[in-house]
Amino acid sequence: MESLLNQLPVGLSIGAVLLLIALGLTFTFGQMGVINMAHGEFIMAGAYTAYMLQDWFHGQAVIVALPVAFVVAGTLGWILERAAIRHFYGRPLDTLLLTWGVSLVLQQAARDLFGAPNVQVTAPSWLSGRVELLGGNLPYARLFIMGLAAACVVGIWAYMNRSRQGRRMRAVMQNRELAAVSGVATGRVDQLTFFIGSGLAGVAGVALTLIGPVGPSLGTYYIVDAFLVVVAGGLGQLRGAVIAALALGMLNSYGEFWTDASLAKVIVFVVIVGFLQVRPQGLFVLRSRALT
Amino acid sequence: MSARLRGYALFAGVAALFLVVAPLALPAFRLDELAKYLCFAIAALGIGLAWGQGGMLTLGQGVFFGLGGYAMGMYLKLHDADGDLPDFMVWSGVEKLPALWKPFESPVFAVAAVVLVPVVIATLLGVLVFRQRVRGAYFAILTQALAAAFVILLVGQQGLTGGTNGLTNFYDFFGQDPEADATQRRMYFVAAIVLGVLYLLARQLVKSRFGRLLVAVRDGEDRVRFLGYNPATVKTITFAISAGMAGIAGALFVPVVGIISPSLLDVVPSLELVVAVAIGGRYTLAGAVLGAVAMNYAKTSFSEQWADGWLYLEGALFIGVMTLAPRGAVGVYEQVRDAIARRRKPVPAPSTASEVPA
Repeated sequence: MESLLNQLPVGLSIGAVLLLIALGLTFTFGQMGVINMAHGEFIMAGAYTAYMLQDWFHGQAVIVALPVAFVVAGTLGWILERAAIRHFYGRPLDTLLLTWGVSLVLQQAARDLFGAPNVQVTAPSWLSGRVELLGGNLPYARLFIMGLAAACVVGIWAYMNRSRQGRRMRAVMQNRELAAVSGVATGRVDQLTFFIGSGLAGVAGVALTLIGPVGPSLGTYYIVDAFLVVVAGGLGQLRGAVIAALALGMLNSYGEFWTDASLAKVIVFVVIVGFLQVRPQGLFVLRSRALT
Repeated sequence: MSARLRGYALFAGVAALFLVVAPLALPAFRLDELAKYLCFAIAALGIGLAWGQGGMLTLGQGVFFGLGGYAMGMYLKLHDADGDLPDFMVWSGVEKLPALWKPFESPVFAVAAVVLVPVVIATLLGVLVFRQRVRGAYFAILTQALAAAFVILLVGQQGLTGGTNGLTNFYDFFGQDPEADATQRRMYFVAAIVLGVLYLLARQLVKSRFGRLLVAVRDGEDRVRFLGYNPATVKTITFAISAGMAGIAGALFVPVVGIISPSLLDVVPSLELVVAVAIGGRYTLAGAVLGAVAMNYAKTSFSEQWADGWLYLEGALFIGVMTLAPRGAVGVYEQVRDAIARRRKPVPAPSTASEVPA
């Protein structure tokens, strides 16, 4: 029983990491229908931003990097949206392949710029301790990531539901034509949405430096699971993403605990396919009269 | 010449190229490489069917390729071991042959499993997913997750699957030495003929009523449903066929290359197959096949020269094709042909190429 409780914080922290990564996707995939395979590389860009800032800020680089990485990854995303993706709206499957090409280029670029071996970012010293939680040992770094994820969720919720810009974004997502004839500059909304979604990937990348080394293929480890979170949570649904990320984190952690890591992934897959039998469009669905 | 006759003449020409010219002109080493590309082309044919004709973007064909490959590899391993345990099991400390391996002692079972296991798994997934109208991006992401989970499973179950190394070191392929030049040559012909036969069958399928229905499902699933058909059945059958093709491709790959391992089946190789189909031209089966051969050829020859550059080139090629020519090389050819035809005739003739929404 005690070891069962021990898995709870582990699952929570895996869930928090997944949530951070999936939050950006709820913007780009959920709101705009763009399957951005380069999202993983924006995560990588964020992580390398922290690595670069280390030269100036040493131990505190991670904190400084959070806003900087947001802007760096967001700008990368904005360029991608302007240069290519805006020609692809309404063709989600093609964006998947297009952005995969982009992700190949970015990965190789990182390999050429920073070298193929992994690099390390020093965590701030005040994050190096551990805390006793439910009988388990939880590093402060994991706790920090959970806090960061929670802060991001609150921030995004406020943005989407309490700001004018967020309302415009939701309007464009629900009915692009109607939003356009109502005077919303849909093109500008797209740019901003993509900027924020990509920027969140950068933030997630900085968070990942706290729990592991940084390498050119950092993003590829998480991207598949992150997409599953969005699928299970429902497109563009913030609460869906939160619940799905935590559930997936728990499933991963308990799956590994009861079987082993390799079977846990299969269990996660089977559970998600099973879940889609009950709710084919994810946990929460935006009601609409549209046919498809 | 009628279009139909021209099609058959073209096919005969390409067949002659692969069955007569290539074996005469290429050294054994290159011929073996070409055999490998043909294996990928068989899998690509399946993707052309599922994605190009049916609109199902399947990013997990590596799984079915792997299931076919492992089925073949397991039989060969057991045959080589001749009653003992396969070598890698001894290394990982397995003492008794796992129950999963038992039936693969029979060559008939193994060869049947090459096709049936992928087909059964694809049918199962298809029934569950398509019946609930999970489609488009959701389906693509699910197949990708399947590939990721499959590879992690293969790597994790070291004693059962050989882990990261996969299955390799085969000494006897149905009474022949798989390393010998003569065997390699024969395998090349087998791969080429299998590809040709499957291509003709797939073409027949596309031209049949079922093929029409499939394209209709791709372009307007709901309309097909309102007409009284069940799109889920159509999609499941097609997905199962494409999985079976990938299984056959994987099984041929084992004797041709001499290895089947998780790194060949991962998310990236599965995506690369899709890329090849897109570059060749996804809306025709010939485009899918030629794309796979050309792309893998380019990859090998380019990596030999400048290994790091390949990823840049592949990425750039892909971005270029998706933005400028979403119908791939075949689409570009059709555009050029139509442009020339228009110039010849004073009155612009309607395009003969079927218009396909991207």
